[in-house]
Amino acid sequence: MSEHTAHETMTLKLIVWRQKGPDEPGRFETYLARDITEHHSFLEMLDVVNEDLIREGIEPIVFDHDCREGICGTCSQVINGLAHGGQTRTTVCQLHMRKFKDGDTIYIEPWRAKAFPILKDLMVDRSALDRIIQAGGYASVNTGAAPDGNAILISKEDADYAMDAAECIGCGACVAACPNGAAMLFTGAKVSQFASLPQGREEGRIRVTGMLQAMQECGFGNCTNHYECQAACPKGIDVKFIARLNREYLKTLFM
Amino acid sequence: MILDGKSPTGPIEQTWDKHRFEMKLVNPANKRKYKVLVVGTGLAGASAAASLGELGYNVEAFCYQDSPRRAHSIAAQGGINAAKNYPNDGDSIRRLFYDTVKGGDFRSREADVWRLAQVSNNIIDQCVAQGVPFARDYGGYLDNRSFGGAQVSRTFYARGQTGQQLLLGAYSALSRQIKAGTVKMYPRTEMLDLVVVDGEAKGITIRDLVTGEVRCHVGDAVLLCTGGYVNVFYLSTNAMGCSVTALWRAYKKGAYFANPCYTQIHPTCIPQSGDYQSKLTLMSESLRNDGRCWVPKNHDDNRPPNDIPEEDRDYYLERKYPSFGNLAPRDIASRAAKEQCDDGRGVGPGGRGVYLDFRDAIERLGAGLIRERYGNLFEMYELITAEDGYKVPMRIYPAPHYAMGGLWVDYNLMSNLPGLFVLGEANFSVHGANRLGASALMQGLADGYFIIPYTIADYLAQTRPGAVTTDHPECAQSIEEVNAYRDRLLSVNGKRTVTDFMRELGHLIWENAGMARSEESLTEVIDKIPAIREEFWQNVRVTGNGNQVNQQLENAGRTADFVEFAELLARDALHRRESCGGHFRVEYQYEDGEAKRDDENFSYSAAWEFKGVDREPELHKEPLKFESVELAVRSYK
Repeated sequence: MSEHTAHETMTLKLIVWRQKGPDEPGRFETYLARDITEHHSFLEMLDVVNEDLIREGIEPIVFDHDCREGICGTCSQVINGLAHGGQTRTTVCQLHMRKFKDGDTIYIEPWRAKAFPILKDLMVDRSALDRIIQAGGYASVNTGAAPDGNAILISKEDADYAMDAAECIGCGACVAACPNGAAMLFTGAKVSQFASLPQGREEGRIRVTGMLQAMQECGFGNCTNHYECQAACPKGIDVKFIARLNREYLKTLFM
Repeated sequence: MILDGKSPTGPIEQTWDKHRFEMKLVNPANKRKYKVLVVGTGLAGASAAASLGELGYNVEAFCYQDSPRRAHSIAAQGGINAAKNYPNDGDSIRRLFYDTVKGGDFRSREADVWRLAQVSNNIIDQCVAQGVPFARDYGGYLDNRSFGGAQVSRTFYARGQTGQQLLLGAYSALSRQIKAGTVKMYPRTEMLDLVVVDGEAKGITIRDLVTGEVRCHVGDAVLLCTGGYVNVFYLSTNAMGCSVTALWRAYKKGAYFANPCYTQIHPTCIPQSGDYQSKLTLMSESLRNDGRCWVPKNHDDNRPPNDIPEEDRDYYLERKYPSFGNLAPRDIASRAAKEQCDDGRGVGPGGRGVYLDFRDAIERLGAGLIRERYGNLFEMYELITAEDGYKVPMRIYPAPHYAMGGLWVDYNLMSNLPGLFVLGEANFSVHGANRLGASALMQGLADGYFIIPYTIADYLAQTRPGAVTTDHPECAQSIEEVNAYRDRLLSVNGKRTVTDFMRELGHLIWENAGMARSEESLTEVIDKIPAIREEFWQNVRVTGNGNQVNQQLENAGRTADFVEFAELLARDALHRRESCGGHFRVEYQYEDGEAKRDDENFSYSAAWEFKGVDREPELHKEPLKFESVELAVRSYK
C-alpha cells in the first residue's frame, strides 16, 4: 500500500503573458495559484487559477491544450524561459507541480517566433508547421494502390530509425527554443523518416526542396547549431536528423 | 418503427463484394461537382477526406484543434488489428469477424463486422505504403503482438504510439490533398448545427474559434467523424476538447442516436489524484501481455506491495478466467477490478486501485526487453505518479474511454437523414456492446479509407450537385439559432463555473451509470438531471464575449449538450433490462457475477429519436440477426 499522507499545499506566484489579440500589445499580469498539491499537473494548476479568475469575473488565461498526455502536441508554454518548462522529454501537460515548491514565482509565456503569431494570451498560430508538411511531408500513394505490407522488407534498424524521427508531435517547442526561430528539427525529422524508408525514397528530392522552401517562406530561421531544439523537444528528437536534412538537401544539388 | 440496416443478404463472405458491385458510381468527370463536408480529422475524418479528395471530390474538412494532426486518435497506444495471419497462428477474416461479434457481446450487425474484418488487411498495406514505421523483426517483416479478447497475435504496432503514427499517415495523405487543392481545411472551427433541407443533410453551421464568426457551409453530403462522448463522465481518458456536441446537434435535427448506454471503461488507467483532475491517463492494455493484475488477498493488508508474499496475493483475473487470464476483454477486466475494490481490497488513495505487476516478466525476459516493449508507458507512469514501474507494481483503475454507441447508420454508414454519414467512433455500427482492443484504429481507417469512398457514391449519384447554396433560408435560420444560443450562454452571468457543472454532472453519471447500473441508480440520474440543466441556465458564468477566442464559451456549449445527452444515456441504460458488454445492470447477472444477456427481448439496436428537450425521446428498434455466428454466452474462462 502506498503511503499517502495528507497533501501539503503550495501557493505560487504566476507572472503570465496576457494579450487580447494578434494586433494588441501584450503585458505580464500577476496571479496567485492557491491550494496546489504536488500531484497537480501544470495545466491542472492553471485550471484551478482560471476557475478562481472566472469567479472573480476576470477572463481566464487562454492556453492551448487537448490530450493532456503528452502526445497531441497542442500545449505550448514557455515556463521560466524554457519551452515546456525544461524537464527532459516532457510536455507542459505532463509537467507536475512536484517540480516546484511553495512560494515559487513562475513566469509563463507563449511560444515566441516570427512564424507563430500570438492569437490570444498563450495561444499561438502554428499553421506554418502544417504548410511545411503540405509541401512534401508525405509519400504519394492513393488509397487502394498499396502492395502487401510485407512485399517490401524494411530492416529493423531502418524501421527503428524512421520511428525515432516519426515520434515528433509537432508542438513547435524546437522553434520556440531556437534563437533563430528555426524549424529545422521539425522538418529534418519528417525528411529523415521518409529518407530511411523505401516507400519515401522515390520523391525524396522534391520533398526536401519543397519542404525547405516552405520553411523559408513561412518565416522560420536556419540552424546554427545551438542544439536548444533537442534539449526542449518533449520526444527527444535528435539533432542528427538536422544533419540528415542537410545531407538529403546536398544530394539534390548533385542529382 | 422498425429500422432497416439494409445489410446485403446471401453468404456473408460475399456481402461486401456483392454490395460494392451493386452500388451506383459517380463518373470521374462529375466527382468535382460534388462537395463533401467532413467534420473531424481523426483517423476516420482524415482518411475519408484524403481518400475522397484523391477520387476528385471537392472536400471541405473541419476540426476544432489548431491542426488536423492533433485529433484524439493520436493517443491510441497499443496497436491495430488485421487478419493478415502473418504469424501462422490460426487467424483469418472469419476469426477476426467472430472475435469481434463475440467481443461485442452479440449486439452488432454481422455484415458490418464482416466487412471490417475483410478490409482490415488493406489498411495495413495502405499505412505501410504511406511510410508508417510499424515494428519489424530482424528479417524486415512486420511484427505482431497479442491483445485482449483474442487468442491469436494479430495486432500491428508502432512502439507505444500506433494511433499517432496512423493518424500522421492519414494526416500526411490529407496534407497532400490540401496541397493538391481537392481539400480545403478549416482548423479551429467547431460544428454547432446541422443544416437539413427537405429532410436531407446539406450543410453545417460552424463557429470560427479564433474570430468568433458563425457561418454556414453547404455541400452535397456531410460526414460526421467527431469521435465519442465519454467525457460525459467528466473523468475520462478522452482529450479535453472531445464532446458530444456535433452528434447531439445532429440528433436534435433528426438523426437517431443508437445505443448511447454502450460505453467502454478501460481497465488500465492511472488512478485519479484529486477532483481538479478530469483527464485520466490510459496506459495501453498491451501492458496486460506481461503485467499481472493482483490485489492483496486479505483486507487491511497495508504492507508495501513488494513485501506481500506470493501466498497473500490474489491474481484475480488468472483465478477467475484461467484461459484468458490477464488478457480478458476490457469490460470484464474493468468490472473485476471494481469488484476487488468494492470488496475492500483495493490499493492506493481511497482504495480505488489494483496492482499491475511486472516483476515476473522482468525475471523471465529481462528489464531490457520490457523496456523495449513498453518503455514509453513506464516513462509516462513515472511522470505522473513519480513511481518506478520497473521496481514497484503500477497502480491502475478503470476509466471511461470509448463510446460504442453513436449515431445510427445503415450498412452504407448513412444515418436515417439522407446525406448524413457517420464514421468511426461517432457511429454505432461494429463494436456492439463492447469493443476489443486495437479495433478502434481499425474501424476508423476502414470507414474512411475503404468504405465511405464506395458508399458515398451510391448516395451522391442520386442527387443533383450544388442543389443548396448558402443563401438558402435554412442556412440563415441555422445561423440565427446558433447566435441566439451563444448569446443566451453569455448572458446568464451567474455564479458557478462551467467546469463546476461538468464535475457535478460527471459525478452523478459515473456513480450511477458507470461500470454498474441499476433501475434505482438510473432513475436517480433521470430525476436529477432536469435540476442540473435548470441551474446551468440560471447560474452558469461565462466570461468574455463571442467575437474572439473564448474557451469558456466553447466549454459551456459542450457542457450544456452533455447535460442533455446524459439523460438519454441513462434512459437507454434503463430501458435495456439486460447486461451485455460494457452495459452492466446489477439486476441481470449470473451467480458468478457474469453479465446476463437477454437475447429473447433485447437482441436489437436501440435508436432514439429527439422529441424536444423536455419530452421523452421515441425508441426505434433495429432487430439483430445472427446467421453466421451462433449466439452463445460470452465466456473467457
